[in-house]
Amino acid sequence: MAVELKSWRELPIGGVIPGGATPELNKTGSWRARRPIWDPEKCIHCLQCWLHCPDDSILIREQKVTGVDYDHCKGCGVCAAVCPVDAIEMVPERGGAG
Amino acid sequence: MKKVMTGHKAVAEAMRQIEPDVVAVYPITPQSEIAEYYAQYVADGIVRTELVPVESEHSAMSACVGAAAAGARVITATASQGLALMVEILYIAASMRLPIVMALANRALSGPINIHCDHSDAYLARDSGAVQIFAESAQEAYDLMLMAQRIAEHRDVRLPVIVNLDGFTLTHSSQVVETLPDETVKEFVGEYEPLYPLLDVDNPSTWGPFAMPDYYFELKRAQQAGMEAVPGVFLSVQEEYSRLSGRPYKGFFEAYKLDDAERVIVVMGSTAGTAKVVVDELREKGERVGLLKVWLWRPFPRAEVAEALSGAKAVAIMDRALSFGNMGALYLDIASAFAGREGPIFVNYIYGLGGRDVPAEHIAQVFEGLKDAVTGELRYLGLRE
Repeated sequence: MAVELKSWRELPIGGVIPGGATPELNKTGSWRARRPIWDPEKCIHCLQCWLHCPDDSILIREQKVTGVDYDHCKGCGVCAAVCPVDAIEMVPERGGAG
Repeated sequence: MKKVMTGHKAVAEAMRQIEPDVVAVYPITPQSEIAEYYAQYVADGIVRTELVPVESEHSAMSACVGAAAAGARVITATASQGLALMVEILYIAASMRLPIVMALANRALSGPINIHCDHSDAYLARDSGAVQIFAESAQEAYDLMLMAQRIAEHRDVRLPVIVNLDGFTLTHSSQVVETLPDETVKEFVGEYEPLYPLLDVDNPSTWGPFAMPDYYFELKRAQQAGMEAVPGVFLSVQEEYSRLSGRPYKGFFEAYKLDDAERVIVVMGSTAGTAKVVVDELREKGERVGLLKVWLWRPFPRAEVAEALSGAKAVAIMDRALSFGNMGALYLDIASAFAGREGPIFVNYIYGLGGRDVPAEHIAQVFEGLKDAVTGELRYLGLRE
């Protein structure tokens, strides 16, 4: 989608963005070099990945993991590192699975 | 009310009357007494300011940025290495358009380590985006602190403002200072109206966002617009303050016996006081000499300074700091203002580094030296060759 860039005269003072929760608008997932692949068969839903994820990108419903928000996950791999049952595997974003 | 006080006390008095919401400071010679006076006011319950005794100047400026973004009126003070430590965050404060007022007790930067006056600290922050004003006396330091508050907070400006006062020469010497009544100052500075205050939780805002190549340039251009608004705001605030105080501040610089002057000194800070004495003495002997004392250094009033100097034959521009590898910064400011047009002969004098005394005889030497000057010369005043 083409985004129309604003002129300097149209910007709020000091680069302030009126309103909060701007990450919702900014799909930082495109920065990712490695992709976490979650295996629902192995997952025991301990939620350690959800607790540690710095980008709030582990999706849960009713206290159970349902997947990964790939629009915002930057691929840091913390989820895979803390998973006690190796239910998350990090794979290269290009040329790999997923 | 007229009182005898140091430059420190004059600044602290202005701060007491402004009574900012937050003061975050770290002690450093020759600024410390400003912080000490203010801490005493807080301890005695004279002001309701939140004093944040931080662990470094980097933290002091960071606390100022946080408090200002939250919506507070903020003042700080530092000198030399302290400013050097603040500079990283000072650039951010300017880019976030936060109206933080700072008293800078000018002191030479290390090394070698030195605690005395020159303007290398102010020059370090030259391109930070902060407005910079220079005081000649303790009285001016008081007056300019009050004006700085209004200039910084003007909606079109919203930038940090640094009030420079020469370390020791002004900070530690006692002078007669006339202060305004508390109510008058309160009315003059008024209520602070923050923009997008972070504490307004019903209207959230995002501060300090990342800017990629697609927006960084536009944001810096928009920041420049804040600087462009300063001259107009400076003059109107100055006019209002002059009426209020009865002290005639007029213009971006003081033109002292400049109208018919053939040989002129341009200088910033306390040395202007010495230069006035010398101008008076030489005038009595019939010499047509004058002084241009810069109050507003950033943004630099190029056109007005050029106009004021255009009638002179020779001008000595005095920089109290080196710009290694080039002429002094003030010299370059003025020389560039004359680019492409006829101007007087300009010579650059580097003087007073690390607190080197600047007696009247040295100023007289500069005026004498202007009889035999070539544009582009870099001279050192009071240096052992």
